[in-house]
Amino acid sequence: MRAMNPGLPRHDSLIGSRRRKALLLASMAAPGALWLLLLRYLPMFGIVLAFKDYRAFKPNTFWNNILKSDWVGFKNFEFLFRSPDTGRIIGNTLLYNLTFIVLGLVIAVAFAIMLNELTSRFAAKTYQTLMFFPYFLSWVVASYFLLAFLDTASGMVPNLQKLAGQDVIDWYQSPQYWPALLIGANLWKNIGYSTVLYLAAITGIDRAQYEAAAVDGATKWQQIRHVTLPNLRTMIIILFILNVGKIFNADFGLFYNVPLNSGSLYSTTQVIDTYVYRAYMNSGSVGMSSAAGLLQNVVGFVCIIAANTVVRRFDPDSSLF
Amino acid sequence: MLPTPSVTRRPNLRLNAVSAPTETVFHAVLLLFSLFCVVPFLFVVIISFTSEESIRQIGYSFVPQSWSTQAYAYVFRIGDALWRSYFNSFFITAVGTALSVLMTLLYAYPLFRRDFRQRHFFNFLSFFTMIFGGGLVPTYIICKNVLGLSENYAALIVPMLFSPFNVIIMRTFLQTSVPTELIEAATIDGSGEYHTLFRIVLPVVKPGVATVALLNALAYWNEWFLALLYIRQNTDLIPLQYLLMKMQRNADFIAKNSHLLGAEAANVAVNLPSQSLKMALVVLIVVPIACAYPFFQRFVVAGLTIGSVKG
Repeated sequence: MRAMNPGLPRHDSLIGSRRRKALLLASMAAPGALWLLLLRYLPMFGIVLAFKDYRAFKPNTFWNNILKSDWVGFKNFEFLFRSPDTGRIIGNTLLYNLTFIVLGLVIAVAFAIMLNELTSRFAAKTYQTLMFFPYFLSWVVASYFLLAFLDTASGMVPNLQKLAGQDVIDWYQSPQYWPALLIGANLWKNIGYSTVLYLAAITGIDRAQYEAAAVDGATKWQQIRHVTLPNLRTMIIILFILNVGKIFNADFGLFYNVPLNSGSLYSTTQVIDTYVYRAYMNSGSVGMSSAAGLLQNVVGFVCIIAANTVVRRFDPDSSLF
Repeated sequence: MLPTPSVTRRPNLRLNAVSAPTETVFHAVLLLFSLFCVVPFLFVVIISFTSEESIRQIGYSFVPQSWSTQAYAYVFRIGDALWRSYFNSFFITAVGTALSVLMTLLYAYPLFRRDFRQRHFFNFLSFFTMIFGGGLVPTYIICKNVLGLSENYAALIVPMLFSPFNVIIMRTFLQTSVPTELIEAATIDGSGEYHTLFRIVLPVVKPGVATVALLNALAYWNEWFLALLYIRQNTDLIPLQYLLMKMQRNADFIAKNSHLLGAEAANVAVNLPSQSLKMALVVLIVVPIACAYPFFQRFVVAGLTIGSVKG
């Protein structure tokens, strides 16, 4: 720690000014800290909802209801696990996320390497800009893009099917197509972002490494294998592990908006996040939805801690904490 | 901190480059994916200029039978609800961005000051919320019933005012662009803490502020989830994105159930340029982003690159 006020003459004023400085700096952080306490830490007390049979009492305020509601232990969790849907919902969440992670990684690294090898700087810039564009749009907008192609009444694909004399597929009623569609939608929106990240890492590699390899007679492919990929290794592993740490959290907008909230698609589009929302908003079951949410948060927390421990063992500088 | 990605070229162009056929393949793959990324938007633009007659005849098509600006004319005529939503989106984006940038800077600055002993506490306070939370339902109930975030603008702004992710981005910008000596010199010259932050540090860290502001503005502009949660009755407050979401359901409801509702409803469904109208709305939402995008892309890339590595 550095002494910050070497110029001040008197000792007591030095201490006074230190305290004053700490107070002023703390006052800067105060609005953010207040926000965190009210919007992030206060709701953590709501976790008890998962263990309560929450109902309305008089006076009907949140704290009063929470206090007076009966403790039911793990009943809400029992209900949750007795439901035949729960296994499928967790399975959907894990499988989709795993697919997103693996495909996202492989394709983005490949694209980044390709972009870096292009001789035309203008072309590379253009591709990068076009690819990154969907990242800035919302899932609501994206859902309309897909609708333009698949809409049963006027969508392009059903119309082409009609013209070709084939049976028209009712996409928004046919769950079997949605794994492919959701994976495609996710890649469409996020590949550009990951590509830009990996490209940043590749452009950061010292050119001398490639020149040395070339002088030693390494072909371009050998350079990619022995220079580019080893240089990216740390970043790939870290992003991979961190994403695995978030494997229980699904992208709500993707799974809710893109299938247009269609009930007949739940078997392949329902994930933990949409389940929690629908269980609360549509059925009003505070207990079950809180239990599902808590389960997700606790498992997610354990996953992130585990992931971070692995990262720290692998490369201490890159760990989150 | 990683450098801002830019595709740097070695000066000798063909030396140590992939072979020409391979590069052609690369071009093909990248071009295909690039088109995949932007063609849906172009398609929606085309549909928004397609006449309702053409949509009835051949559906949505890249080459419609006839063009029409009817959808846009209608958008401007239905006025109220739409302009209201446009205003709401702009208002929420402007106020939300201004406040959140201020809060982020104010929170990140003490975290960056090595001589601020309590910085570890504030750091942890922010960081812990990245890995654990109360969950959707408790957060929703607290915000709605305890904090009064319901049916008002605050409900659309406050929940997104602060993000630990942005604090990390801002702190990293401070660490890389503001030398400790600058602050020491300012202190010796008798500059107060707030004066130092706003008069001396802020001008140096402008790129960081721009990055965080852009990320926030995008997040607010694209926001629909908060409206879905907290705006159930007061339709005066709905932002554009949520209006679009609601329109989808209403129009679809009419279209899907017109045979059940009888001839009158079917007539309504047919006469409204509902198909091209929706797509015109999508275009009006995306156009501000598409226009600004080439200019802010650099900043956002810089911010996201920082955030992904430590965050």
